[in-house]
Amino acid sequence: MTNGEKLHTISALVEDKPGVLTRVAGLFAARGFNIDSLAVGPTETPGLSRMTIVVNVETKPLEQVTKQLNKLINVIKILEHDPGTSVERELMLVKVRAAGEDRQRILEIASVFRVNVVDVTHHTITLEAAGKPEKLEALLELVADFGIVELSRTGRIALSRGDRGIRDRVLRAARTAGGEGA
Amino acid sequence: MTTLTGARALLKALELEGVEVIFGIPGGASMPIYDPLVDESPIRHILCRHEQGAGHAAEGYAWATGRPGVCMATSGPGGTNLVTPLADAKMDSVPIVAITGQVPTPVVGNDAFQEADITGITMPITKHNFLVKDPAEIVRTVREAFHIATTGRPGPVLIDLPKDVLLAETEWSWPERVSLPGYRPTTKGNQRQVVEAVKMILASERPVLYVGGGVIKANASEELYRLATLGRLPVVTTLMARGAFPDSHELCLGMPGMHGSYTAVTAMQRADLLVALGARFDDRVTGKLAAFAPHARVIHVDIDPAEIGKNRAADVPIVGDCRDVIAKMVAELERRQGEAGPPDRSAWLAQLREWQQRFPFRYDQRPDGPLKPQYAVERLRALADDDTIVVAGVGQHQMYASQFWRFEKPRHWINSGGLGTMGFAVPAALGAKVGRPDARVVAIDGDGCFQMTAQELATSTTEKIPFVCAILNNGYLGMVRQWQELFFDQRYSGVYLDPNVPDYVKLAEAYGAVGIRVERPDEVDAAIEKAYSITDRSVVIDFRIDPSEGVFPMVPAGASNDDIILGPEAIRPTSDPEEAPIA
Ligand SMILES: Cc1ncc(C[n+]2csc(CCOP(=O)(O)OP(=O)(O)O)c2C)c(N)n1
Ligand SMILES: [Mg+2]
Repeated sequence: MTNGEKLHTISALVEDKPGVLTRVAGLFAARGFNIDSLAVGPTETPGLSRMTIVVNVETKPLEQVTKQLNKLINVIKILEHDPGTSVERELMLVKVRAAGEDRQRILEIASVFRVNVVDVTHHTITLEAAGKPEKLEALLELVADFGIVELSRTGRIALSRGDRGIRDRVLRAARTAGGEGA
Repeated sequence: MTTLTGARALLKALELEGVEVIFGIPGGASMPIYDPLVDESPIRHILCRHEQGAGHAAEGYAWATGRPGVCMATSGPGGTNLVTPLADAKMDSVPIVAITGQVPTPVVGNDAFQEADITGITMPITKHNFLVKDPAEIVRTVREAFHIATTGRPGPVLIDLPKDVLLAETEWSWPERVSLPGYRPTTKGNQRQVVEAVKMILASERPVLYVGGGVIKANASEELYRLATLGRLPVVTTLMARGAFPDSHELCLGMPGMHGSYTAVTAMQRADLLVALGARFDDRVTGKLAAFAPHARVIHVDIDPAEIGKNRAADVPIVGDCRDVIAKMVAELERRQGEAGPPDRSAWLAQLREWQQRFPFRYDQRPDGPLKPQYAVERLRALADDDTIVVAGVGQHQMYASQFWRFEKPRHWINSGGLGTMGFAVPAALGAKVGRPDARVVAIDGDGCFQMTAQELATSTTEKIPFVCAILNNGYLGMVRQWQELFFDQRYSGVYLDPNVPDYVKLAEAYGAVGIRVERPDEVDAAIEKAYSITDRSVVIDFRIDPSEGVFPMVPAGASNDDIILGPEAIRPTSDPEEAPIA
């Protein structure tokens, strides 16, 4: 991994308790990191939520933040995703100005990108796009020319490829610290 | 089936957790807890005069005994007054449990009278905190709070209890064990790593054991003693670890860091191996990090994985409790050294000895000159027994205390290391005395610090908790003055207090304590003897010390440890802001 500024995706399995989101977000703020996106939702296990946090950092301090996160009592497990071996997706709704002949061009873009049209008015078209973050960026760049009225994104979610779930994985931070397990 | 109020369940749970004392101040939201304290609960409540005092008293109790200290406050301002001690306990890993009342749940979030979001406020300064909304959860929460506060890397835990939850009836049930799936500290060190560490120790020519507060927390002083003596390994004890290894031992080099001994600082700079035991490479120890111990490989033992590699990369990282890991190191070292004993490092040990002789801490007390603070500390120590517990505030006096007191045992030195909280000493001394009523407790305080929490002398008198408070009164915020002297061209700004205001002797008397003023060196011993002979009341000694005295050696903030300044004569004052260090 390079040492420069870079987006990292972290999954955190957390207890579904009041204040957990504040604890996690507060820790990033206190250590001086900017959260790029944060998505939370329930998991396969009742009582546990999963947070996907995209953060802009350098590699070394990120290790410090994952170790600190892992110390939070309500955090069960942390996983830093390796882009090569994980699936990352995001959902976005974008309302684009669509007057006159722009309408047709926007619909063409929508069809090339295989995204859904979810609302149409005399002046706008709203697209629903899901997929890899790069795909959403490419789409946004194209439709930006027409004028974006508003935009809402869920933030990234991620799972590792392969058979194992987050709970089977050895915490990277614990491994590097040489402990006998987290 | 027993039903009882939430408040009674709380007190019973505290009792079963072994709590003997609570330091606190009541208020509207916490009143339900105070009623059963009248005649039902065996727990002693010590009424402090400020919640900050209650918090530091709980810390002092924990430092002195190793058991968790408990403090209590009402909602709103009661809770916010606990912020400083909680932050202090977080930085110094002190196990305390704070209990706060909260406004009733139906009005939480309504800006009700004396409402403050204390769990929100204290999130970053506690190890964990809880807001309990169901009386049935109180007992389990208390169990979890004590478990979290006292295990792994210890720290402060706060429990916020709304008044209606305290008043509601609940069924009593005591959970036998605590289950926290997200909290499983690693306590047992990895044996393979221990073997690597011991091999590295045996191969080293210039090793230093860099001992931090974790050794005290883990009660690992005996194991440390065996490791040091078995391997003939020199020891430095940080400000947090004074007393973890006896100062009188020939292998002890004393305190490292900004105001450490020349030998301790330089030994680390020249070492080829640092064995960090429960220490965290704090900036006050390392100086300029890039220039710190440049030749040393590092073995880093800590119970907190986040400390390892945080400031300095470790060649052999070992996550675990210091007592477990050091005991394993001793066994492995014994096995590998066998009959042959440690490798010959006589040149290194001789070098250290030579530095110790050439560069001891020094000061110049003229018989007819102004009283020097170091002399007062030395006499306070000389006339005390080894079981005396010494507590310090924050400033020059704290450094004099750490430098000139001779520490022989762990848990006999209590101070605010990480946060540097002025006002710590008086209430922490009170708490220490409650925890160790058989030991003499001496607070070495500054005149500035003393004024921040002196009100707890009232608690000392009314609750009959006597200690000695030796104020090293220089009439200044001395440590700040020293920096202005050295780095701001002697332009003194906002540091003069006036040694006569307040009149510390009269103030002591007003609080029901004994006040003694000492102005000349030849009065020192008689005053200390008198103070030590009084055991039914606290005694305040107002030592009028030379305000121009400075703490040396000194490594200016941000400078390399190689640029250690031995004394004031070596200083080149600068007003160049580029050169001025950052506090
Ligand atoms: C609560 C708080 N405020 C300010 C400081 C900054 N500070 C550090 S040492 C010091 C001076 C302490 O004065 P005094 O208690 O008289 O001790 P001295 O240095 O004179 O021995 C100050 C103001 C601090 N550490 N804590
Ligand atoms: Mg002073």
